[in-house]
Amino acid sequence: MRRLLALAGLLALAGCGDDGSLAGGGADERKPKLVVSAASSLKEALLSCAKEFPDATLRFQFAGSDELAAQIRQGVPIDVLAAANTKLPEALAKEGKLEEPVVFATNQLVLAVPSDGAKVDSLRALERPGVTLVVGAEGVPVGDYTRAVLERLGSARSKAVLANVRSNEPDVKGIVGKLAQGAADAGFVYASDVKAASGRLRAIELPAELEPTATYGAGVVAAAKRPDAAEAFVDDLLAGGCHEALLAAGFGEP
Amino acid sequence: MSTAAGGWFAVVLAVALAAALTFLTLPIVAIFAQQPPGDLIAALGEEGALDALWLSLRATSAALALILLVGTPAAYALATRRFRGRALLITLIELPLVLPPAVAGIALLAAVGPSTLLGRAAQDAGLQLSLAMAGVVVALTFVAAPFYLRQAIAAFGAVDPTLLDASRTLGAAPARTFWRVAVPTALPGLVAGTALALGRALGEFGATLMFAGSFQGVTQTVPLAIYDRFATDFTAALALSAVLVAVSAAILLAVKLVRGPEVAAR
Repeated sequence: MRRLLALAGLLALAGCGDDGSLAGGGADERKPKLVVSAASSLKEALLSCAKEFPDATLRFQFAGSDELAAQIRQGVPIDVLAAANTKLPEALAKEGKLEEPVVFATNQLVLAVPSDGAKVDSLRALERPGVTLVVGAEGVPVGDYTRAVLERLGSARSKAVLANVRSNEPDVKGIVGKLAQGAADAGFVYASDVKAASGRLRAIELPAELEPTATYGAGVVAAAKRPDAAEAFVDDLLAGGCHEALLAAGFGEP
Repeated sequence: MSTAAGGWFAVVLAVALAAALTFLTLPIVAIFAQQPPGDLIAALGEEGALDALWLSLRATSAALALILLVGTPAAYALATRRFRGRALLITLIELPLVLPPAVAGIALLAAVGPSTLLGRAAQDAGLQLSLAMAGVVVALTFVAAPFYLRQAIAAFGAVDPTLLDASRTLGAAPARTFWRVAVPTALPGLVAGTALALGRALGEFGATLMFAGSFQGVTQTVPLAIYDRFATDFTAALALSAVLVAVSAAILLAVKLVRGPEVAAR
């Protein structure tokens, strides 16, 4: 029964989310519509604050930040990009596709394991042969953070861990899904994802010397149709209701 | 058609046809036109791209083998026997045809996922499904089999029953009748069904990603490799897409050749 409920919840989440669903109701016709492309890891936090944003009706698109950046390069009409790193927004800004980006939040990369019957209880245990590990693909922020953290372990340990990778997922939700389904023993995700998984996952914190802090950057797309509202939303991410929602969801101050 | 009233209608038809043609062919042409052909071919030389093509070939072949081996006799049974609930059975078999890929992925996870009884039993028996190539084969088989079954049931159903009766009265065993009379007679339909299943299996994306994951050389089929590259290496994504377009065109052509007269008659 619990699994059924979880499944229903998953379906409901999928239904109300991914491809630019309307969030924030559309009661006020005069409000402009703002298209926000945001990293998958921001989903729960941003959906919870969307209704309170006063300046526009927000339409979200959640995916891996690299996919979202590629869409902006291809000219898909988007107003704001909120990425799970600063590399992608900075690169876009250099190409003239994005206004000067700002850092609006941080997140901790953690090792996530299923809450019940976990085979892995430490970073060390990840090096054992036979452990199945799921990570983000290269180019996806969570995948790049993971590889950077592993590199700081030294090449022998990092190789042993990477040898256990069984899937390179296109976004962080794919990792959470595989873990929640019991398809893998462990995965590298953000602390906020473990919090959002409502008890199904447990986080194992990574030592500070591995620099597991992820920095989130956002900017107004240069071709934004509503630059004013877009600017206001970036400000909201920095200091408004959405910033509060991010903190509540387990994100950190920049 | 020569009247004035007929004249404007002909214009409407021509405009509609031109619009449909442009809309449907432009994206395909663009795959080949965006980059010089040399760049596309060079992008295919990358190790990951070759791994994806090789994996797609192996996984699709395995899925097709399973589909043909089990699907052909199953379709024959459904086409030649009349029993209560037959129509319901056929509808059930056809259901995955119209199922969205994401639903197929969730359904497979719920039925044979790693946390289910069946999934655990398979694992204990040494058959690793999730995050393994066997999982890709299961996903491809699940989504592609109905395409073959549907065609095969129709093809066996169209075999003249008197042929089968004649074979039996002449003393051929039912198995021999199936193999020597029914299969050869239904062959064009079976080939067409195989091609359609092949096309669907090659293009499978969502169920594979959800059920089997994405790992180079193990579970990352061509569609997953295209998605993986879309953000980081658009040229490589175009190159792999071009291969799939070429293969799909070849499949379609094969179907048209095999069923030529039938299609033309419609």
